Amino acid sequence: MNALSVEELGHSFGNRPVLQGVSFAVAEGRMCVLLGRNGAGKTTLFSLITGLYHARAGSVHVFGQAMEANPSAALAQMGIVFQLPTLDLDLTAGENLRYHAALHGIPADLSKQRSREELSRLGVLDRIDHLTRALSGGQRRRVEIARALMHGPRLLLLDEPTAGLDVPGRRALERHVRELCRERGIAVLWATHFLEEVGADDDIVVLDQGRVRWAGRADRISTELGVESIAEAFASLTGSP
Amino acid sequence: MKTHHALRALHGILQREMLRTLRQRARLFSAMVRPLVWLAIFAAGFRSVLGLSITPPYQTYVLYEVYVVPGLVAMMLLFHAMASSLAMVYDREMGSMRLLLTAPLPRWYLLAARLLASVIVGLPLIYLFLFVARFWDVRPPILGYVAVFPALVLSGLMLGAFGLLVSSISTQMENFAGVMNFVIFPMFFASTALYPIWRLAEAGPVLATIAAWNPFSSAVELIRFALYLRFDVVSMLVVVACLGAFFLAAVVGYDPGRGLWSRRGGEG
Repeated sequence: MNALSVEELGHSFGNRPVLQGVSFAVAEGRMCVLLGRNGAGKTTLFSLITGLYHARAGSVHVFGQAMEANPSAALAQMGIVFQLPTLDLDLTAGENLRYHAALHGIPADLSKQRSREELSRLGVLDRIDHLTRALSGGQRRRVEIARALMHGPRLLLLDEPTAGLDVPGRRALERHVRELCRERGIAVLWATHFLEEVGADDDIVVLDQGRVRWAGRADRISTELGVESIAEAFASLTGSP
Repeated sequence: MKTHHALRALHGILQREMLRTLRQRARLFSAMVRPLVWLAIFAAGFRSVLGLSITPPYQTYVLYEVYVVPGLVAMMLLFHAMASSLAMVYDREMGSMRLLLTAPLPRWYLLAARLLASVIVGLPLIYLFLFVARFWDVRPPILGYVAVFPALVLSGLMLGAFGLLVSSISTQMENFAGVMNFVIFPMFFASTALYPIWRLAEAGPVLATIAAWNPFSSAVELIRFALYLRFDVVSMLVVVACLGAFFLAAVVGYDPGRGLWSRRGGEG
């Protein structure tokens, strides 16, 4: 079963179409990179997948649960890291995680234990009692990922998670997420416009002007398009220099 | 929706509201000082120029301070509701609202939980004000402090639902200056919070009619009557009806298919 199936998804803001006929799937336990330039429609796509917007057309299924018909069941399987930071700056890292756990119905004692475990795994346990306002950008991102994992999701969605981070911070975050994917079998949808974040073994979906231009294994894109590299393939698909 | 899940979520939302309120000390301080300034300065000044005849629920002539305290309590609820509404707009701009709205619970429940939590968090301050008001000889019956509790919750929910509705249609925090000028002040001044309706009628029948139809007046009267162990059925019905209407409209406003959110674009 696919972790995420997006079929013929369409959306518009007023008369301006932003997504048209978007279809792709993320297999269980796989890392899928959603590649697109700024304005390609990635964030709108995330908003549709997470139910923040209702799709004007098409459907989203998460482990077989339709977002339209059963949003709670679909959302319960998802961990989400939005492009905009969504931490409550007036709460500590631990309080942010426990708030999220409560929203997912996790009992308080289990929530305390899990918050320590997840923060420890992401290397920020020493910040558990610090207000998130006082954390660096990289630390906040890690806390957000730890929070997204609190309820044991089987699908992790990350919308431009490395935006605003320096190069070492970006690499560390990418490494953490790949470990999660490998060790816990979590399916990951990672939206980015940084081509260097694509791994050779990843699946990729190239989104441009609201349409999927290519979807498949990253190691096949160059061969299929007859170019030398992913960068060239991306340029030819999106018409970018 | 499972009951234990719903209750844990409510507890989490309530805890978050409490922590945020306690950590925003300036807001807490100003919320307490505002009605005290009205009581200590405004009411003292008006006491000498504004005579009040016997007005229900009072069974005798009362000091202006006694009359104005329920109005100031409702004012505290109104400002608290608008501050909470502002916090919702802030949360939406800052992104943390997304976390709440992507929780695996029905959206109406999440909004209701947030609304209830906000009202509960605001109540201790109101009781503190009612206690301090005793020093100005505003001494309702002791049982009145108990009887007023449901009136406070109901009025707080109604005003909070109105704030929720405002937050669902307000696109930016900057719009809140407009909300202050065009919503809070007219709602407060064109009501029975500061003057009884017959006084307003003396000033002008239009103003009296506006005050009579203003749901904020119903909240004020519900609180006033409950505080003096009387039950104002009409005010309660108006408050309940407005609560229902405002909340339903707010839920539509936050609906991903129909609300303002889905009509606006995002990044990427």
